[in-house]
Amino acid sequence: MRALIHKNNMQEKDLLREVEELSGQNLYACYQCGKCTAGCPLAFSMDILPHTIIRLMQLGQLEPVLSSNTPWHCAACLTCSSRCPKGVDLARVMEALRALLIRAGYAPIQVFRLPAELAAQLPQQAAVSALRKHSG
Amino acid sequence: MKLLYYPGCTLRTVAQTFDLSAKAVAAALDIELVELTDFTCCGGLFPQTTDNLMSLLAPARVLVHAQRTDPAQRLMTLCTFCYNTLKRTHYTLAQDAQKRAIVSEYLEEPYRAEVRVVHLLEVLRDDIGYEAISQKIAANGAVQALQGARVAPYYGCLLLRPSDEIGMDDPEQPTILEDLLHTLGCTVVDFPWKTECCGSFLSVSKPELARQCSQTIVQRATQLGAEMLVTTCPLCSYNIAYMGPNHTAMTVAYFTQLLGLALGLDQDQLGLRTDALHQQMTSQWKGGAI
Repeated sequence: MRALIHKNNMQEKDLLREVEELSGQNLYACYQCGKCTAGCPLAFSMDILPHTIIRLMQLGQLEPVLSSNTPWHCAACLTCSSRCPKGVDLARVMEALRALLIRAGYAPIQVFRLPAELAAQLPQQAAVSALRKHSG
Repeated sequence: MKLLYYPGCTLRTVAQTFDLSAKAVAAALDIELVELTDFTCCGGLFPQTTDNLMSLLAPARVLVHAQRTDPAQRLMTLCTFCYNTLKRTHYTLAQDAQKRAIVSEYLEEPYRAEVRVVHLLEVLRDDIGYEAISQKIAANGAVQALQGARVAPYYGCLLLRPSDEIGMDDPEQPTILEDLLHTLGCTVVDFPWKTECCGSFLSVSKPELARQCSQTIVQRATQLGAEMLVTTCPLCSYNIAYMGPNHTAMTVAYFTQLLGLALGLDQDQLGLRTDALHQQMTSQWKGGAI
């Protein structure tokens, strides 16, 4: 992800500002209580926990955040957003991170393949929303 | 009572039982559902980046279409994703005049931000009332199909959140589904995982993760002695049925199907005998009524 950071001669703080703009969230409002991580149903699978994502960004370390699987494992269920005592909508931050990567060309649209039995009964809403999440 | 009805894509395809049973239930409760003609996709998910106006166009088109069809009527949805996306889009466009102007210009029709998006659960609670449903059940020959059935209510994620925009019920301790199930005579299991996410669309992009989420939900419901999970969303139903342990030992039903049974409607009308997915989902229920 260093390439993304240097691609447009952007400094990490410019990218951080972009994350804040795209998400409409103030990352510095977070005081690290960890309720987002405690409630996240996907936290078990994330290489960087949700509250750590914010902390890293507060410290200006965007590179590990952009390389992390966390934004892609977020199911946008909004549990974190509804529980944050500081009103940080973390689901929007995750969406902003995904958008940043997609728009810079670092997250090409993938073709997802499911076993025929599962694909036959898959609700269309799942296909539509998965595509939305992976194409901005 | 007349209501505009927006089924969305999934209710026309793999979740026809939800569509069928909702129509049957509505008819039994004297609700006239007028389907939005030539409806288009709601977009699936609400776009959460602040500058993504393009993704607002699909849901905005549906709202404008509803406004044109019958401005006096509320727009009723069933699918959780449609409900969430349309309601949040309406909220965003109502709050932000600039976005509303841009979207209206693109759609070549001004959105007046007056469409009220509602869910059938809200209509049952606020317009019909549980008391009236109770009386209807008693009047329809006292069908005891659900008496004592141990059911766990399952809301999933997008039906309730974000609560300031959706406002159906408390996002942490909702009771709207429990209240309905009590009315139907069910034994409602106190289910702490009722608002836990099933893994949602990750069943497409990361199936192994959706599997773990769904397994937890099914296992907890089983441990609490539930015989059935009652859902409001085709994707929750799918994930629980197909992503749960061993294609699940848990029966899954839509709330409309249980309501229909309690109202004494025919099983065919509720899609309980016709749909393959549904047969698989409901075949294990020990109660035997389904």
